[in-house]
Amino acid sequence: MELAFLEISELAEKLRNKEISSVELTKYFLQRIKEYDGESGLNAFLTVTEEEALGQAQDADKVLASDPNASLLTGIPYAAKDLFSTKGIRTTASSKILDKFVPVFDATAVEKLKSEKSVLLGKTNLDEFAHGSSTETSAYGPSKNPWDVSRIPGGSSGGSAAAVAAGLVPFALATETGGSIRQPASLCGVCGWKPTYGRVSRYGVIAMTSSNDSPGTIARSVKDLAISAEILSGHDLKDSTTSVKDIPNYAANLRSDLKGVRIGVPKEYFVEGMQPEVEARIHEAIAKLKELGAEIVEVSLPLTKYGSLVYAIVTPAEISSNLARFDGIRYGHRSDSAKDLSDIYDQSREEGFGDEAKRRILTGAYALSAGYYDAYYLKAQKVRRLLVNEFDEVFKKVDALVCASVPNVAQKIGSAKDNPLFGYIADQLNIPASMAGLPALSIPCGFAKAEDGDVEMPVGLQIIGSQWGEQNVFNIGHAYQTITDWHKKYPKGFGA
Amino acid sequence: MTEKNNTNSYTPVIGLEIHVQLKTKSKMFCDSPNNPDETVPNTNICEVCTAQPGTLPVANKEAIRLGTLLGLALNCKIANSSKFDRKSYFYPDLPKGYQISQYDKPIAEHGYLDINVDGVVKRIRIRRAHLEEDAGKNIHPEGLGYSLVDYNRAGTPLMEIVTEPDITSAKEARIFLEELRNIVRYIGAGSADMEKGTMRLEPNISVRKPGQQELPNYKVEVKNINSFKFAEAAIEYEIQRHIEMLSEGQTPKQVTMGWNEKASQTVEQRSKEEANDYRYFPDPDLPVLKLSEEYISNLKTSLPELPAAKRQRFKEEYALPDEDIQNLVNWKELTEYFEEVVSEIQAWIQADRSKEDLLKLVKMAANWCLQDFSALLNAAKINPSESRITQENFAELLKHIADAKISVTAAKQVFAKMFEHGGEPDHIIEDLGLSQISDTAAIESAVDQVIKANEKAVLDYKAGQQKSFGFLVGMAMKELKGKGNPSLVNEILKKRLE
Repeated sequence: MELAFLEISELAEKLRNKEISSVELTKYFLQRIKEYDGESGLNAFLTVTEEEALGQAQDADKVLASDPNASLLTGIPYAAKDLFSTKGIRTTASSKILDKFVPVFDATAVEKLKSEKSVLLGKTNLDEFAHGSSTETSAYGPSKNPWDVSRIPGGSSGGSAAAVAAGLVPFALATETGGSIRQPASLCGVCGWKPTYGRVSRYGVIAMTSSNDSPGTIARSVKDLAISAEILSGHDLKDSTTSVKDIPNYAANLRSDLKGVRIGVPKEYFVEGMQPEVEARIHEAIAKLKELGAEIVEVSLPLTKYGSLVYAIVTPAEISSNLARFDGIRYGHRSDSAKDLSDIYDQSREEGFGDEAKRRILTGAYALSAGYYDAYYLKAQKVRRLLVNEFDEVFKKVDALVCASVPNVAQKIGSAKDNPLFGYIADQLNIPASMAGLPALSIPCGFAKAEDGDVEMPVGLQIIGSQWGEQNVFNIGHAYQTITDWHKKYPKGFGA
Repeated sequence: MTEKNNTNSYTPVIGLEIHVQLKTKSKMFCDSPNNPDETVPNTNICEVCTAQPGTLPVANKEAIRLGTLLGLALNCKIANSSKFDRKSYFYPDLPKGYQISQYDKPIAEHGYLDINVDGVVKRIRIRRAHLEEDAGKNIHPEGLGYSLVDYNRAGTPLMEIVTEPDITSAKEARIFLEELRNIVRYIGAGSADMEKGTMRLEPNISVRKPGQQELPNYKVEVKNINSFKFAEAAIEYEIQRHIEMLSEGQTPKQVTMGWNEKASQTVEQRSKEEANDYRYFPDPDLPVLKLSEEYISNLKTSLPELPAAKRQRFKEEYALPDEDIQNLVNWKELTEYFEEVVSEIQAWIQADRSKEDLLKLVKMAANWCLQDFSALLNAAKINPSESRITQENFAELLKHIADAKISVTAAKQVFAKMFEHGGEPDHIIEDLGLSQISDTAAIESAVDQVIKANEKAVLDYKAGQQKSFGFLVGMAMKELKGKGNPSLVNEILKKRLE
């Protein structure tokens, strides 16, 4: 099998057996990026850090040579969504307002991977400031879905998902706010982990919705996700919203059967407009879980429909505040034509932000305005509390929930254009768990024919756990992958 | 406690908003140093307090402790659960585009501070006190077409204290401020120095018309006040301005004024074009601030003696005049020093002296602290703890004066030497040859000489001219090179002239 589509654990084995060095592995993936990425290619990477990567790979080889207990991630190349701050490496959030921005510090997640001696190959494309579900709001153009390059990879972590799907990198850092890991993982046929809110530090992740943002990973298997989760999780003195809870040995604890596991299937998640073939794949996957010994029960989450409404208020409100710092004063784009202070603000922001960011700033500022705050933001937070309570109740009965990650397969590039609600529809199955801060996975579970073309596109199974219930969702996902091989499929035309 | 306005005169209604910078090692939400004395711009900064993308605030425990302590010292109810909110507005000195403050759930509420106005105790209610971060400073170099921003101050911790409009004169406002400053310093929460900007005042002023019961329908805020003197002057100026306008049937505009110290008047600041909507909402980056009853009660127990209690004690124990007490207590370090001198005095006086002796010495200690010592400290721009005079030597010198071992005039010389070089008074007295002559024989011989040489004065004295006696004392002291024990000189001279 090609190195391009091996899992982290398989590559780690080769590094340990000296079958290959980290430098060779790094050069191999850099070569693939050159071949398949770029603006005319997948456009998954915004910045490739070849020089730094080779330096890091040399360091990793030294560690591998001297330390028999080196971590599984030592010497393994990865990519980071361009929302993670990287010291000395351009970080744009896919926005013109940060076009030439070079941070002075590393995000905690990046710092952790650095100390494991993982090798950063570059920064991946996303929707501008993570506002979107297709990467089409990126100031640098959309990334493409490796299964059909005329289609979106999903978003906002579309660059990370596309890069992993095409075998340009073994795993990638990504972030979720309302589906931004699960949705692109599903559309690109790879595995994505959205952690419990507070499990992984947000420090250095350019903020979108502070009360939801959850940095996580996209990789080729659930086991790989579990390996990365052990490294990325944990309390961070720089992020007061992270938990001091112990980090289980997620990977070592993985099991291959599901005896005694109760899995709920929420009926409200089979939404109107769902592609019948997608629904069929989900039912097939559920049957597999039953085969593994899980008890399947139907559950009801009647408040589901309010999730997107709460999201539509809380998200822009926090965004309007979080984007206030991009003012042209200390860093980022400053308008050349500004004549006074008010020009600096107005023109820099006018020129620097894309339409979607502006739309959310306006909506959010409105929702927070005096006289509207109680009716919108405060009310939304109350409903959010009810959503949390509803999940709490259901998790008294089941260990996890399963449903589709996305009601359909990847659409054509351009479908989201001029449809500001595109993201909310695409993410409606992801948003409730996001608003409740719950952990969730999306893993490949087959293919469905696109409704707008003669092409088979990946379908993702979503597994939602209770708060801090990472181990449960990893166990279910991993057990599924021991008897299926959907996660081993890869798109044609990428050298395999 | 709104006072009934039964007077026939105009009654000022004044509420104060005061920002006190808390003295912590690091800033409110990051590790950057909190140093108000830093003069090189943009040195005490980091990625957090300059709002680099992706950074997050982490609340400073010490700032929370000092804020709680200050709330307690102001008799406030401390909230078991309070929260931080974002207050949004754009300004270059505000890096995040919002200030982290506390909006509807402040850490402290419903307190009061009793102040003493000409011997009458008046209670000023505290509406609330909350924690927040400071902004940086915009600098506009004169004649240049650009502005600069210094973020050293950005993110430093502040406690904002808001009073009810219970203050009715500029003088009360000044007394309140001084008392607040003392409290802040006594509990070690900050330097509360208006000149340095570690305490800042924004009074809200309006005036009731004669007989008017309800609060006036306008208020004027004054900014840019950087001393107690200006605070009093600015408020007084505004009161007079309002009274003039009201008496002409006008209502002052609701505006923000700035104090112009050169012109000694308030000037209307550029009025804001539109009403501010700060779009407050709870900061999702910071968890709810929960303080346990235990935490609060431990801090309450740890409160030191506050200025009011200290003044009371000084009055009862030392019977010092009110003005001296006030002046001592207003200088925390000097008061501490004074009390240490007093305990030195007490240590040796208990054995063989009376209570009157003790009080006399304490009074002397207070005088020396407030006069010679203060003058020397102020000239050297240092605090008592930095002086070379130890409390023990200070007390020793006072003892020598009381024991007539040295004259007051000579003691001043010794004190100055001690201040300059340190050292024990005994050695200095010896080195300078200032020891007072209490040898009766030596004094008798000097007195005899003076009587012999000044026959006319002696005759005048005997004829009833008292001032001649003073002249003869002076001559005798001159003969003794100023070192004669004055009471012995008096006594012997009187006896010789009988």
